[in-house]
Amino acid sequence: MGILIDRFDTFASGFWVTLQICFLAGVGALIIGTVVAVMRISPLPPLRAVGTAYVTLFRNVPLTVVSFFAAFGLPQLGSSANFLKVPVLDAIFSRLAIDLPYFRFFIIALGFYTGAFVCEALRSGVNAVSPGQAEAARSLGLTFTQNVRYVVLPQAWKFAIVPLGSVIIAMIKNSALSGFFGVSGSLSDAMNTLTSQEGLPLIPVFIGISIGYLIMTVPLGILLDQVEKRRAGAAR
Amino acid sequence: MTATSGEPLIVLDSVDKYFGSLHVLRNVSLTVDRGEVVVIVGPSGSGKSTLCRAINRLEPIDSGTIRFDGRELPAEGKALAALRSDVGMVFQSFNLFAHKTVLDNVSLGPIKVRKEKPAAAREQAMALLDRVGITDQAGKFPAQLSGGQQQRAAIARALAMRPKAMLFDEPTSALDPEMVGEVLDVMTSLARDGMTMIVVTHEMGFARHAANRVVFMDDGQLVESAPPAEFFASPRSERAKDFLSKILTH
Repeated sequence: MGILIDRFDTFASGFWVTLQICFLAGVGALIIGTVVAVMRISPLPPLRAVGTAYVTLFRNVPLTVVSFFAAFGLPQLGSSANFLKVPVLDAIFSRLAIDLPYFRFFIIALGFYTGAFVCEALRSGVNAVSPGQAEAARSLGLTFTQNVRYVVLPQAWKFAIVPLGSVIIAMIKNSALSGFFGVSGSLSDAMNTLTSQEGLPLIPVFIGISIGYLIMTVPLGILLDQVEKRRAGAAR
Repeated sequence: MTATSGEPLIVLDSVDKYFGSLHVLRNVSLTVDRGEVVVIVGPSGSGKSTLCRAINRLEPIDSGTIRFDGRELPAEGKALAALRSDVGMVFQSFNLFAHKTVLDNVSLGPIKVRKEKPAAAREQAMALLDRVGITDQAGKFPAQLSGGQQQRAAIARALAMRPKAMLFDEPTSALDPEMVGEVLDVMTSLARDGMTMIVVTHEMGFARHAANRVVFMDDGQLVESAPPAEFFASPRSERAKDFLSKILTH
């Protein structure tokens, strides 16, 4: 068990890299999911079709395949990580001092994949908002965008927060795939390095890595339970 | 610019509407003049609510035309949103925005649709809440109000848009009996002030003393239309006689 202490820095840095992946992919997934959800509830059939196609694709293809495509397919198609040279994103990445292409590729894969699930969680929230709310907004003369922004989504978020939390927890666990797609230094990569390459005993490494994930997922789960309880208490 | 046209404010011409195979509006024609209060009565399922909701296109129609203020109802989009902002709507289930305070419910439309300054919109909202008698509820959320208070807030929310007409879709049907009066009082005062109103209701008392005209619907058809005194004293059609005998005996 001394490994946990001796190699604490490896575990800690793995945790830090995984946390970054999860944070960036999570933010991306929330943005993508919201946009796709709005498309899916929009009155315009072409937008709805695009939204539905997106969800059908990313919800039904394994993350391994999506990651594989992002990490190896995208470069094959002639893109480098440079296509991600979006000013804000770039600033974030250089600030984090991890500017490896695979790091970006994996975040893209995880973000796009999780976005489909975020969309569906949000949409279940939208469906939970009484149709009368949107009707009242329409009859006041609010446009579709205003209706979504000021009336429907603020209420849908509340209904969607618990399923969204489950989606984010699943995403954190899914981030363990990163080690297999060239992201070095993440928790799952550390697991590989410590056991396969350095030949350290499996059980302590397993415990250390698990703790790393649990630190991220368990508090989130507790938070969600709290939200749910408060909701149940507030319901009349 | 169209307000000067001599045409009545609301004109429905040969309107048909189906829900699947169900023919819910059958060749309905109706005109409502400016300042007129029309009460629509009839048995459940007769299409009165659908008719009311068709006027601001919450229910699209299948054939015929509906004109409001000289213009045919546009397709879903910005033009329809603009038209809807001129037509106040009050629902049976109030439909106040659950996540906003009463004051924010009333001022949302003026701020977002009319682009009024928030402070001015709130001031006007307070004046409207005063008019419907619930200024003390301004900071509360809808769920904290009684049904009657919620419906009065919903009326204030519709009035905040300074609508050219108000549609009431069974505004008192979801209320406890003791709260019906407070809502009808507000509606009566609106009618006195010259608001153009279409009211779907089972409140025959309101129809008698506040309506200019009572329209009787049955089975998707507009069966008869007469001033309230005439309608209640001597209905022409058998169906209206039958309906009135059922509701006026108790």
